Amino acid sequence: MTDLDDSVTDHTVTDPYAASSRETTEGTVYTVTGGDWDELVDESTGDERIVINMGPQHPSTHGVLRLVLEISGETVTDVRLVIGYLHTGIEKNCEYRTWTQGVTFVTRCDYLAPLFTETAYCMSVERLLGIEVPTRAQVIRVMLMEINRIGSHLVALATGGMELGALTGMTNGFREREEVLHLLEFLTGLRMNHAFIRPGGVVQDLPDGAEKRILEFCDVMDSRLPGFHQLLTGNAIWQQRLVGIGYLPLDGCLSLGVTGPILRSAGLAWDLRKVDPYLGYEQYDFEVPTDTAADSFARYKLRVEEMHQSLRIVRQCVEALEPGPVMVQDAKIAWPAKLSVGADGMGNSLEHVRQIMGQSMESLIHHFKLVTEGFKVPPGQAYVPIESPRGELGAHLVSDGGTRPLRVHLREPSFVNLQAAPAMCEGGMVSDVIAALASLDPVMGGCDR
Amino acid sequence: MADDEKQPGVPPTGTGGASGPTGATPGSSEHSEPGAVAFSPVEQHRPHAPTVTGRHREGMFGIHGSGDTSGFGGLRLPAYAPAPAERPYGGWFDEVVDETAAALEEGGLVAFDEAVPQVTVDRGEMTWYVARDHLPTLATLLRDDAALRFEFCSGVSGVDYGEDVPQQLHVVVQLLSMTYRRRLRLEVCLDVEDARCPSLVPVYPTADWHERETWDMFGIVFDGHPSLTRILMPDDWNGHPQRKSYPLGGIPVEYKGAEIPPPDQRRAYT
Repeated sequence: MTDLDDSVTDHTVTDPYAASSRETTEGTVYTVTGGDWDELVDESTGDERIVINMGPQHPSTHGVLRLVLEISGETVTDVRLVIGYLHTGIEKNCEYRTWTQGVTFVTRCDYLAPLFTETAYCMSVERLLGIEVPTRAQVIRVMLMEINRIGSHLVALATGGMELGALTGMTNGFREREEVLHLLEFLTGLRMNHAFIRPGGVVQDLPDGAEKRILEFCDVMDSRLPGFHQLLTGNAIWQQRLVGIGYLPLDGCLSLGVTGPILRSAGLAWDLRKVDPYLGYEQYDFEVPTDTAADSFARYKLRVEEMHQSLRIVRQCVEALEPGPVMVQDAKIAWPAKLSVGADGMGNSLEHVRQIMGQSMESLIHHFKLVTEGFKVPPGQAYVPIESPRGELGAHLVSDGGTRPLRVHLREPSFVNLQAAPAMCEGGMVSDVIAALASLDPVMGGCDR
Repeated sequence: MADDEKQPGVPPTGTGGASGPTGATPGSSEHSEPGAVAFSPVEQHRPHAPTVTGRHREGMFGIHGSGDTSGFGGLRLPAYAPAPAERPYGGWFDEVVDETAAALEEGGLVAFDEAVPQVTVDRGEMTWYVARDHLPTLATLLRDDAALRFEFCSGVSGVDYGEDVPQQLHVVVQLLSMTYRRRLRLEVCLDVEDARCPSLVPVYPTADWHERETWDMFGIVFDGHPSLTRILMPDDWNGHPQRKSYPLGGIPVEYKGAEIPPPDQRRAYT
C-alpha cells in the first residue's frame, strides 16, 4: 500500500481529465477523456486549414457535383466547385448530326427539363430558317413546357427536401412528379428525353383524349400542391434551415449572370415569358411571383407559386387548342410522307404503303432525302433565349449553310447559376452549403452538357 | 485519345495553367511573354478583312475524281460572309450604335469604326465584330453608359469555323440590357495561331466559367482571366475538343452483319 500512496502523491497533473497526446509514426494521437475540448481545439487547429471534399458521389450535391470546402471549425471559408463529371460532348455531337437529329441530343442535357432545351434549340433553328411554326404547335409547346416546369420544380423541392432531411417532402415531391411523367408519357410517348419538339413544330399531334387527361392532371395537382405549404412552409425546422440561407442580392445576381427563381427571389421580376414573350406567351394570363428576401426560403416559396402559375397556363392552353397543323406545311422541312405504323406495330401501315406506291412515290423520295440527308439551313447565327425552370436557357446556333449545325451552344442556366455558389456559401455553415445549393437547383446534365 | 490529332499550329497545352503562352506559336515573338496583354500594334491598323463564317463548297455528296457526269460534282458554292449592315439598321439598332459612338468619342477612347470594324444585322439580331484590343473598353462602356446599360452578360462562347476560314476562331459574347430589353452580340475573330483575347471577367464576373469553358473547348486564351483552367475536361487532357480539327471519336459498330462507321466518318451531305 505504501507504493500506491507514493504513486498518488507523485502525480503532478492536477486535472485528471487532461488531454494527452503522443507522437506516433502515423501522426499525433490524442487521448481525450472528456471535458477538455477547448484545449484540444486550441492545440489542434491554430492556423491549420481543413479542406473537405464533398462529392462528386454524394447524395446531397445534386448529382455529380464536387465541392471543395475549406472550413474553419464549422464555418466555410472557401468554396470551389468542380464540374465536368457529366460532360458528354452533346454540343460537339450535334455537329455530326442533322438539324433534326440534334433534338435528340439536346434533350439529354437538362434531364429534368428536356422540353425546354428542345424548344430553345428548335426556336433557334426556326429563326435561322426564317419560319413560323403553326399556332397549334406553339400552344402544344407552351403546354408541354409548363407541365415540364411543374415536374422540374417538384424535383427541386423533393431533392432539396431530401438533402435537408425532410424525407416526406421528397416522397411527396416524387409522387407528384410521377403524375407529370405519366402525363408526358401519354402526350409525347416518353417520360423523359422526348424529342417531341422538332424544328418546324412538334413531331405529331396530341393523342385522343389529351385535353381530358390534362385537365384531370390539373385537378390532381390543385389538390396536392397545397400539401407542400401544409408540410413545409410553416414548418419550424424547414424555416430554420432555409430562412436567411444562401443570400444573394440583386447586384450579385446580375454580375454573376444568375437568372430564374434566384434572380426573382432578389426582387427583380425578370421572366422572359413576360419581358420578351415567345410562342405566344403574351396571350396567357399568369403572374411572375417575386420576393425580396433573396434567400433559400424565398426561392422555395417562388417555386411552389410558379407551379400554380404553370397550372393556370396549362388550363389556358387547353382552351386555346384549336384544330390545325402541328408542323410547318413546307415539305422541304417537315417530313412529307405521313407515316403510320401497321397493326403489328412494326412496319408501315397498309394504307400508307398503298398511298406511297399508288399515288405519291415522290413523297417517299423526299422523305428519304430529308431523313438521311436532312434539310439545309441558310448560313448565319441565332441566339434564342427562353425561360427554363432554372433561368435563361439560350441556344446559340451557327449554320454555314449545310445540313448539319456548324456550332451548337447551349447557355445552360445550371452552369451559370452554379458560379454563384461560393458567393452564397462562404461565411456560412457546412450544413448551409447544402441548403444554398439546393436552392440553386442545378442539374448537372445541363451544367456539363 | 486526341494527342496525335491536334492541329499542327498549336503546341501541347498540358494542364491548362493560368494564361500560359499556349495559344501562340513558338515563332510569334510578340506574344512569347506569358500573360502578355498588349497586342501587336501592327494589328490595330490592319484593314478589316470581310468576316468569313462559312466554308467554300465544291461538288455535291463529296464526289471527287470519279467518273461522275451528273454535273453534281461541278457545283460551286462560295464561302459565306455575313454582309455588313447599312444604315438605317432599323429599330433600336441605330440608337445603340450612335450612343456607343458618341460615348466612345466623349470618353476620348477610340473611334467606333476602329473598335467595331463591322456591324451585321441578321434575323433581327445585331452582331458587332469587335477588334479584340478594344473589347474590354467597349464592354465596360456598354455596361456603364446610361443610354446603353448592357448590365447582363448572358454568356461567352466560341465558334470554330474550320481550317478553310481565315480567322477561324470566334469569341461570341451575348449581352443583354435588362433596362432597355435589348440583346447585342459581340464577336471577336481570332487567328488560330494567335488565339488570345482579353478577358471580360473584370467587367462581367459571370464570364469566369464561360471563358474557362471556351478555353477548355477551343483553346482560346483569355488574357487577364484570374484562373484560366480547364472546367469540363480533366486537367491533364490534351487538345481542345470543340475544335473542328479534333475528331469526334467513336468506334465502328456491327449491326445485323453490317459495319456502321462512327458518326464522324459516315457519309455527310453537308
